[in-house]
Amino acid sequence: MRWVNRRIGRGSSVLLGAIPILLLVLVYLLIAASRHAANPSDKIMPLPGDMADAMSALLFQPDQLSGQLIFWADTVASLQRLGTGLCLSALSALLVGLLLGVLPPVRATFGPLVTGIAVIPPVALLPILFIAFGLGETSKVALIFIGIAPFMIRDVAAHIIALPREQIVKAQTLGASSWQVMLRVALPQAMPRLIQAVRLSLGPAWVFLISAEAIASDIGLGYRIFLVRRYLSMDIILPYVAWIALLAIVMDMILMWFSRRFFPWAHGASH
Amino acid sequence: MLDSVRGFGRLALMACALMAAACSQTSNKAPEPRAEFNIGWSIYAGWMPWPYAQQAGIVKKWADKYGLKINIVQVNDYVESVNQYTAGKLDGVTVANMDALTIPAAGGKDTSAIIIGDYSNGNDGIMLKGADTLAAIKGRQVYLVELSVSHYLLARGLNSVGMKLSDVKTVNTADADIVGAFATPEVTAAAAWNPQLSAMKETPGAKQVFSSAQIPGEILDLLCVDTATLKANPNLGKALVGIWYETTALMQRQDAEGKAARAAMAKLAGSKPDLFDGQLATTYLYADPKAAVAATSSPALITTMTRVRDFSFSKGLFGQGAKSADAVGMSFPGNKTLGDANHVTLRFDPSYMQMAADGKL
Repeated sequence: MRWVNRRIGRGSSVLLGAIPILLLVLVYLLIAASRHAANPSDKIMPLPGDMADAMSALLFQPDQLSGQLIFWADTVASLQRLGTGLCLSALSALLVGLLLGVLPPVRATFGPLVTGIAVIPPVALLPILFIAFGLGETSKVALIFIGIAPFMIRDVAAHIIALPREQIVKAQTLGASSWQVMLRVALPQAMPRLIQAVRLSLGPAWVFLISAEAIASDIGLGYRIFLVRRYLSMDIILPYVAWIALLAIVMDMILMWFSRRFFPWAHGASH
Repeated sequence: MLDSVRGFGRLALMACALMAAACSQTSNKAPEPRAEFNIGWSIYAGWMPWPYAQQAGIVKKWADKYGLKINIVQVNDYVESVNQYTAGKLDGVTVANMDALTIPAAGGKDTSAIIIGDYSNGNDGIMLKGADTLAAIKGRQVYLVELSVSHYLLARGLNSVGMKLSDVKTVNTADADIVGAFATPEVTAAAAWNPQLSAMKETPGAKQVFSSAQIPGEILDLLCVDTATLKANPNLGKALVGIWYETTALMQRQDAEGKAARAAMAKLAGSKPDLFDGQLATTYLYADPKAAVAATSSPALITTMTRVRDFSFSKGLFGQGAKSADAVGMSFPGNKTLGDANHVTLRFDPSYMQMAADGKL
């Protein structure tokens, strides 16, 4: 059979997907072991045992100063910032995106402004964010918001603009007002697109979060990574990076599940 | 900000590079004598003699004398330069005593400090807004580069007024961002080093309430080289010491030539001659090898390093595997050691400075 026609079953696809990851882990272990044979206190490529030791202190032993379990406190703090930023962005994307998409006068008025904001690199605004919102939580959330919201607004608006004109006309012949067109025609079709936009924004959102935490912070996943970087503590950095990756994958899967569960029509054969 | 994004990218890049480097590292044989060496440096008042010596041909002169080739490599980010040295990409690096202990030495890399170049004599300081005394820091949020010499300075300062680190709250702030952070109204306490510190002193209502001048000799700036490389190539140590004392002698001179050398260093540091002179004024430079040898051999160095390692251990800088402050061994002149004597990874070795003092180079 030609390779292009091969169907991979669920079980074997999991197996095949695992092979390169396992190979990578194996290569890492081999190199790390050889480095440790040469220098038992090598910090650059820690063995799994070192990582487990380092992480268990952060996972289970309360910090002397704050009394918190550091790893979980970092995770909660980062997820709060990320969650707030994502929620605010999604809400405004839905609201502004609907208005821009459905109402041509609003589009003509505010479209260029949104485009203008969207093309500004958010990190360039950071000194301004500092002055405007201080160094606390607000500026970190604001960086995430400014980083991803304009893109999401434009995406949702563009999707609504591209809806078949017939749908809008049909709704109006059935007596719908502008308000009803927005709620009954545009909103349901905007929702799966919004979820898609949130999924695509997860990566940038994490980058902005970690960057903000690297600048001025006393808690968070990014804070910890940049803190222990000072003494090359790869035994903490590597598990933290893996944990961030895992969190990002889980968030993506939840969004995917949510979209399939509530908007199954958007995931049909044609999509 | 951009720095931190880049930093993150660099971190990832470095991880990849290290993996590649690790692959090529097949055995741990004793290094063979070599002819080419890379010495890393980053911008700091006490380290500017190195790039200047390169520019002025002093490096080439001494390297030629011993039949070597020495590259003086600038690394923009200080921590990065120390990490690169620890990873084996550099044969030597300019580094502060605390970081030499916590990064390469704690990482098992046998490191020799062959030049004690200077100590911070006011180059590091604690700034407060709306207060004249350090005691007013109680309960404030202090912005600083955590786990750096600033953090150590803060611990020493608090100690001097009967407080502990738990009496304040520290907020980690990148050194590139600390000047901007200190300018915002909500930040009322910060610790930093020069050149940032001098910029922060300009902030209205801000006052320096503690500085490294109050703990002289504790924040040292060293030139460290890989011990195994040095053993296989003693000429490297001789050339480096020769370069250092010729350059520092030149920059100490008050005539036109000395002034020109300092102006060139200021330019290399991206600064102005008068600002650079101001930073030199708060840097105690060991331009005389005899003084440097005396400082290295004095018992005060052991006291300092005991303080530094106790602080480092209490902050977990030796890694989670370290069970006590003794985990990392240090050796001093006269066969004195501190910590694990069977596992010495930081050696204060004045023998090359002694050669310079004796005129035997």
